[in-house]
Amino acid sequence: MKIEVTINGEKRQVETAGHRRLLDVLRDEFALFGTKEGCGEGECGACTVLLEGEVVNSCLIAVGQVNGKSLTTIEGMADGQTLHVIQQALIDFGGAQCGICTPGVALCAKWALEKEPNASKERLRELMSGNICRCTGYQAIVDAVVSAQEGADS
Amino acid sequence: MSDFLQPRSLAQALEERAAHLEYQLLAGGTDLLVASKDRLPLLGMIDLMSVSELSGIEEVAGGGLRIGATTSYSKILDSEAIATRFALLHKACREIGAAQIQARGTLGGNIATSSPVGDSLPALMALDAQLELASTRGKRTVPYREFLRGYRKVDMAEDELIVAILLPAQPEGAFHYWRKVGTRRAQSISKLMIAAVGSVQDGKIASAKISLGAVADRTIRLYEVEKAIVGQKPGPETAAIAKEVVRASITPIDDLRSNAEYRLSTAENLVARFVLGLASTVGTTQSPSSAKKNK
Repeated sequence: MKIEVTINGEKRQVETAGHRRLLDVLRDEFALFGTKEGCGEGECGACTVLLEGEVVNSCLIAVGQVNGKSLTTIEGMADGQTLHVIQQALIDFGGAQCGICTPGVALCAKWALEKEPNASKERLRELMSGNICRCTGYQAIVDAVVSAQEGADS
Repeated sequence: MSDFLQPRSLAQALEERAAHLEYQLLAGGTDLLVASKDRLPLLGMIDLMSVSELSGIEEVAGGGLRIGATTSYSKILDSEAIATRFALLHKACREIGAAQIQARGTLGGNIATSSPVGDSLPALMALDAQLELASTRGKRTVPYREFLRGYRKVDMAEDELIVAILLPAQPEGAFHYWRKVGTRRAQSISKLMIAAVGSVQDGKIASAKISLGAVADRTIRLYEVEKAIVGQKPGPETAAIAKEVVRASITPIDDLRSNAEYRLSTAENLVARFVLGLASTVGTTQSPSSAKKNK
């Protein structure tokens, strides 16, 4: 089927089977390699993208379902060469190590802070509990997100 | 290349279902797409997310709610009506997967998959939910407690779709108790879930609906326990009786996530906590007659 989708503000098209995973189409058809595959089962959040502003696992979405919709991937988070405040904070606080979970973590944090700008630290942990990191132990990630939250407030 | 159908109305979806019984029905995909790249391509899929009339939450007469089958958990969590009047379902949905799963997973999908560890299912059973099913042959409504027929077996013809979930009004001031026991709060598959709703009037348990997940081949209601505690005073004595009846009425299994004895004693303890929780609501709910007396 023909799929038309807006990715990071740009209209894109592809002819492919509707049941393919969005994750595979992003990487193999659109060469957007920022979206990573971790578990492929919806447990780790590495493949997180935003679909119509909602946080989703791209490994669990049939690409036919995003026809006519808009997506944000990690490639759309920075403004040109200027990193998003969350991306910068993840660097500053050591919230990124091996980098596999980082695109998903950054996008989920963006979604969480937009959904609940005044969320407590505990609530942020709950909202981001679908993103697993095996390097940082999470504290550095939480510190980074809280710092981005405070930065956005001021 | 396999077929990917996107009906735009319920009528169209029912026709496509009747014409393609071998196709896979797709809702949020959170179960269906797990490791899908390792499977052979499907003959075809019917995408129910494209049918807008299958999604949404509306009030029905008598204080109930009608939830469209493809309503996502996150829409349920955003509903004030569900948070305040059907807290049990709200609590259960909050512990399903994590945000990414909640954004896509649907109530109808959980019901159709009908896994014994489906997290919303005990809440639906304890709330006495009814299901609205439809096919090109017509519509029917079935109580959820009668819908489950065995391990992943449900009372649904192959041409039928789940259209909506109906929740009847719950007793005023009812106590909604939910606990999910697992290895980790987010994402983990449950070892056991309890969903229970009860009310107390004039110091006695007036109603109790208790459901357990992950202790049998399907979600179950504890009718024997309910019968044993209704009419009794909520407190430690009734909790002890409830524990005995739990032990006599369920036979959990050993599997990779837990074992039978752990599940049995956890079930007993959680049912006891529900009964003790009912005791703590005494004084907060009153029958119309006792309310008058206190004026």
